Amino acid sequence: MTEQVTEARDPKSSPITKSSGNASGDKIFAGLSYGAGALILVVLAFVAIFLVTESLPALAPTLFSDQDSISSADNFWVYVVPLIGGTIMASFIAILIATPVAIGIALYISHYAPRRISTPVGYVIDLLAAIPSVVYGAWGMLTLSTALVPVYGWLHDVLGFIPFFSGDPSTTGRTLLTSGVVLAVMILPIITALCREIFLQTPKLHEEAALALGATQWEMIRMTVFPFARAGIISSVMLGLGRALGETMAVTLVLSGGVFTLSLISSGNQTIPSEIALNFPEAFGMRQSELVAAGLMLFIITLAVNMVARAIVNRNKEFSGAN
Amino acid sequence: MAKRIDAVDLNVYYGSFLAVQDVNIRIEPRAVTAFIGPSGCGKTTFLRTINRMHEVLPGAYADGKILLDGDNIYDAGVDPVTIRAEVGMVFQRPNPFPTMSIRENVLAGYKLNGTRLSKSDADAILEKSLRGANLWNEVKDRLDKPGSGLSGGQQQRLCIARTVAVEPSVILMDEPCSALDPISTLAVEDLINQLKEDYTVVIVTHNMQQAARVADKTAFFNIQGTGQPGQLIEYADTKTIFQNPENEQTLNYISGRFG
Repeated sequence: MTEQVTEARDPKSSPITKSSGNASGDKIFAGLSYGAGALILVVLAFVAIFLVTESLPALAPTLFSDQDSISSADNFWVYVVPLIGGTIMASFIAILIATPVAIGIALYISHYAPRRISTPVGYVIDLLAAIPSVVYGAWGMLTLSTALVPVYGWLHDVLGFIPFFSGDPSTTGRTLLTSGVVLAVMILPIITALCREIFLQTPKLHEEAALALGATQWEMIRMTVFPFARAGIISSVMLGLGRALGETMAVTLVLSGGVFTLSLISSGNQTIPSEIALNFPEAFGMRQSELVAAGLMLFIITLAVNMVARAIVNRNKEFSGAN
Repeated sequence: MAKRIDAVDLNVYYGSFLAVQDVNIRIEPRAVTAFIGPSGCGKTTFLRTINRMHEVLPGAYADGKILLDGDNIYDAGVDPVTIRAEVGMVFQRPNPFPTMSIRENVLAGYKLNGTRLSKSDADAILEKSLRGANLWNEVKDRLDKPGSGLSGGQQQRLCIARTVAVEPSVILMDEPCSALDPISTLAVEDLINQLKEDYTVVIVTHNMQQAARVADKTAFFNIQGTGQPGQLIEYADTKTIFQNPENEQTLNYISGRFG
């Protein structure tokens, strides 16, 4: 019979309290990743502080400047709301066109095409992402806009009763709709590439479960691939939307801007990034504050879009397939 | 409902690789038939040809005939989708649809054929299938919870309920208990014994005791070496296979001398 141990050993002399040797590496790595995470927040905070302080004179001229109102309108909201409208309309056109096309291409690559076709198609899509936006802008301005002029005429004749297609169709084609189409082409590779990766990750087990129940290829996709990829599709669309909202060069080149109008096919409208890019070099004082404040609005819109996306993704988490 | 299966000169290929060679077998309806054999001997591959699931893999195809009550499922005009609705399958790892509730999982097959079920019909099918899978009492209070929240054994029985809900004539099971604990295994084995009253049940298993417990007839598959095709070595009543096998390979396998 052995003696029962009831007293714990002094922890200092116990082997289990000794360091196992590579703990310092752990600490360094933990510190690095913590630092990287903190850095992002610090940068974000500085950007936000810069935007807010610089835009204060435009937001409340009587309090923060020696002028009674901003220089280009009676007050800031009269100035910025049309710009917000133009930005959102252009981005939504882009999302509306790009999302179904991107999902279709991604599905084709991941589930329909034989491998010898899907790989080159994937490369071509990735190449689209490598084209600089100024090139897209030039293409939109010189080629696409002229090509779309007859289309706009037709849209106006047939669908003119809808406010979006009323108004005189532009003779140059350099309208908000053309900008939206160019933006759609630009965000297409982002959405496609992400969706393709997510579609490919659908567990084979679930796909086979659907097929073994007698599902056709398309039914299998609706039953397993789409539900599995739902959160990922939303995230990729939001990333695309983020790029569309912030895109400057392409819109600046394509759009012949002007006052806000609901009509997508006449000249007019302007987006926030394009407005800033066109005017910032010559702006100073109050005008500069106006432009920064417009940038602040864009920042808030993007933030809101991302939060809404996150909320949608988190809803029904129980059924997400992640467990 | 239950249908007889005949394989006639069946060869199964992955690309140019012959995986299973010259299988001729008659699988009786309303009985449990077990496939046993060492890993890689082609038993799962052969099982998957019975509902044309193997051709889901790129390059895989089968040559020969599989007759379902006399109808060749490899005839040119046959749609594999029809076959799969007729020949249900339960997989090695439980695979309920994670985005669906227990209820939706069981009724998934009906959603596919586009059958519009009234609420009362749907409820009746739901209860019947879950009772048929010995799962009703455990889940009846949480039918709208996700199927992936159940234990492994319950998930596997949910998958069986999903398969029997569409009333197939054959149920194929690919090592249905290999991911389950002994208690859940027992529950699934009991269920297999009930299922054979209405269905043709074919089960692949690595567990010889399981084959001895549940199967009426047993088929032994083997390969002669790596890269060689799998072959059906011996097929007889389970009792004969385990007590008095004709073939020496079978004897060596069941007595634990290899595999």
